[in-house]
Amino acid sequence: MKIAVVGAGPAGVRAVERLVAAGLRPMWLDEAPDGGGRVYQRPPPGLKRDPRTLYGFEAKRANALHGALDALKAKTHWRPDTLVWNIDPRARTLELLHGSHQETVGFDAALLCTGAMDRIIPIPGWTRPGVTTLGAAQIALKTQGCAIGERVALLGTGPLLWLLAYQYLKAGVRIAAVLDTTAFAHKAKAAPALMGGGAVFAKGLYYMAAVRARGVKIYEGIEPLAIEATAERVTGLSFRTRKGYPCSVRCDAVAMGWGLKPEAQLADLAGVPFRFDDLQHAWIPERDGAGRTPVAGIYLAGDGAGIGGAEVAELAGARAALALLEDTAHAVDAPTVAALDARLAALATFRAALEQAFPFPAALARDVPDAAVVCRCEGVTAGEVRGMAGAAPTGIARELNRAKSITRLGMGRCQGRVCGQAGADILAAALHMDVAAIGRLRAQAPVKPVPFTAQAAE
Amino acid sequence: MTWIETDVLIIGAGGAGTSAALHLARRGVRCVLLERGLVGGQASGVNYGGVRQQGRHPAELPIARRSMTLWHALKDLAGTDAEFTVSGHLKLARDAAEEADLIAYMEIAKRHDLPLRLIGRNALHDDYPWLGPAALVGSLAPEDGSANPRLLVPALARAARAAGAQIREHAEVTAFSHDRRGFQVIANGTAWRAPWLINTAGYWGGAVAAAFGEPVPVTPLNPNMMVTEPLPYFMEPNLGVVGGNVYLRQIPRGNVVIGGGNGTSDPAVPWSRPSAEETRAAMALATALVPRLSGANVIRTWTGIDGEMPDHIPVIGESHTTPMLLHAFGFSGHGFQLGPGVGQILSELVIDGRTDVPLEPFDIGRWTGKAA
Repeated sequence: MKIAVVGAGPAGVRAVERLVAAGLRPMWLDEAPDGGGRVYQRPPPGLKRDPRTLYGFEAKRANALHGALDALKAKTHWRPDTLVWNIDPRARTLELLHGSHQETVGFDAALLCTGAMDRIIPIPGWTRPGVTTLGAAQIALKTQGCAIGERVALLGTGPLLWLLAYQYLKAGVRIAAVLDTTAFAHKAKAAPALMGGGAVFAKGLYYMAAVRARGVKIYEGIEPLAIEATAERVTGLSFRTRKGYPCSVRCDAVAMGWGLKPEAQLADLAGVPFRFDDLQHAWIPERDGAGRTPVAGIYLAGDGAGIGGAEVAELAGARAALALLEDTAHAVDAPTVAALDARLAALATFRAALEQAFPFPAALARDVPDAAVVCRCEGVTAGEVRGMAGAAPTGIARELNRAKSITRLGMGRCQGRVCGQAGADILAAALHMDVAAIGRLRAQAPVKPVPFTAQAAE
Repeated sequence: MTWIETDVLIIGAGGAGTSAALHLARRGVRCVLLERGLVGGQASGVNYGGVRQQGRHPAELPIARRSMTLWHALKDLAGTDAEFTVSGHLKLARDAAEEADLIAYMEIAKRHDLPLRLIGRNALHDDYPWLGPAALVGSLAPEDGSANPRLLVPALARAARAAGAQIREHAEVTAFSHDRRGFQVIANGTAWRAPWLINTAGYWGGAVAAAFGEPVPVTPLNPNMMVTEPLPYFMEPNLGVVGGNVYLRQIPRGNVVIGGGNGTSDPAVPWSRPSAEETRAAMALATALVPRLSGANVIRTWTGIDGEMPDHIPVIGESHTTPMLLHAFGFSGHGFQLGPGVGQILSELVIDGRTDVPLEPFDIGRWTGKAA
């Protein structure tokens, strides 16, 4: 039986571990050169940094995962540096890109652990040089040992905002300000429910407290107005305080993000149906608690199946692998399954509280000014998206994909991975419709740009 | 059941059906256009975007000529030119047999007043220095060009509505019948009745024709399409080859749209997918013609569902089984340019009872064995 596991982050590693333990030898594909996922991404060879510096409290967990990953490579068909750019659920094939080499491989069952990316609100100026996502700012630190600027403003909401602030401070980076669009009072209200998160919650509190203790300027409950920049670099960030006063900070770089969104294009291409999750304010591929999808032979785990974080991803990866084994007449240990299910259920409660503590500020996305660029690949402004609800020569677009086909929103290099959610919020508001009712951008292969060279066809 | 009366029912909101609705409404005829999905959602909306006369079957040229005048009037008709650009269409020969084919077509073009210019081996590479050695000889149709297929049908639909046509999206026709009171059709819970029925349902037009006792051998066609990231603009003409196994054009913002081969589909769902293998093959053929495309990133691939006839020309004209039933489907992968003209011709058949474009070659009787 041919099993393909896509992704070697926390979910992928723990999934492969179970499959190998059952005597299987899956094909294991990862886009990065050395696995680990975004959360435990390792520096390239030659850059030695202490895991404690790199991963903080997560060093132990990171070390354990890297250890498991390295031990499993030889027991699988390990294919690093390999992008899976398409999945054909009928032919049961994956399209691979390794360097400029393309290859088609078959599978009987596929476990997709495709991770997540930052969610963006296109505030004016977000496309200027010096603006990155929180995740990218963190990866710069983890893999290159550098910061995105000398005076960095951190904007957005969610645990990553505070974790990055903490990590940048520890690395000696000057932080111009931490600007959280969620008010302190709102987060405090969610605290009782968050207690169930135990150590994860404690670490989150620690990061927030540590950042406060270092005397960094902190603004909470703010509304960002614009990132100011010259042609070459960011110069500042203007915003309204919680009480409505205009304010600004000087900075030479901005990292921003409002939580994460699943990277679920392969699940989409595999034909898995999606549902809009109000709490996560995102489209989530359908799966049961074990990671089985309605498409036979397709399993999902980790943040690509709905945001849960690294700890959940490890458990979900193991659970999905056990589901696959159960479905293919392999013996699985029932108490192990029950323990995983219980732990996943407990963490799901914590996750829901976390989403409530750091909600996606959809109103902020809906209200970006007409002139702001929403789709940076194609240069589509918020005004052009809103035009789809009015008197465009092509008529009203009541569906997001129709608005895409007319305005080019989400048609560029990123295929809507960056702008899709904000574009949907803007269009839905202009149409006075529920954001779930206008649908979601369909995934179209390739998942990421694929170079075609003459020899690729040979 | 309450029947809503109209003059003309049209099934299928592609280019031909939507243009028919527009031209009927502009001449004061009540019509209702029923579309299973969204207007322009299949072949008319996801095709390559070629607005090409060169290389067509001679029988199609009079329709193509008529359609071209409408393309030039599109801004007035529909409020947008749908990015219609007269860039020229350069058809290339890659060997002696293909060259002979290009030369033979010069005669056909002359008979239909289609201007073409043969470009010899030396001039070809002087005029288009980015062409690779695979391109031997070219034939340039200076009047041809391209447009954005995603814009054409929605714009025609809006104009048709403004002129008084009713257009119902998400209205799949689930029952038809015909008696002395005319046609009765049920779509998405609404019952419609009209003396006229126009079948512009693309691949699914075959099922409509079969429902009226005229089955034809139409099969699904899924042109395999891809687009690159933006590259510096260098390629003005829309490029094709003899045999049609690859076609490509660059839009002014830099993306290169490339087609070639076929994807797969299941029209019953409907569901369609491009093919990775065909994408690679088309890219190799494109790169042989234009070497600087080697290594370009493809950012999206797609396909849709069109109807292919065994003789590669559509069915257009009156039914042989049912009075006041008109067909226009099976455009076999090259209906985008024809759509606006076909719609106008259909409106003339309804209102005037005739058109000046010869339609005999497209008669459905060629498949059902009944002479026109």
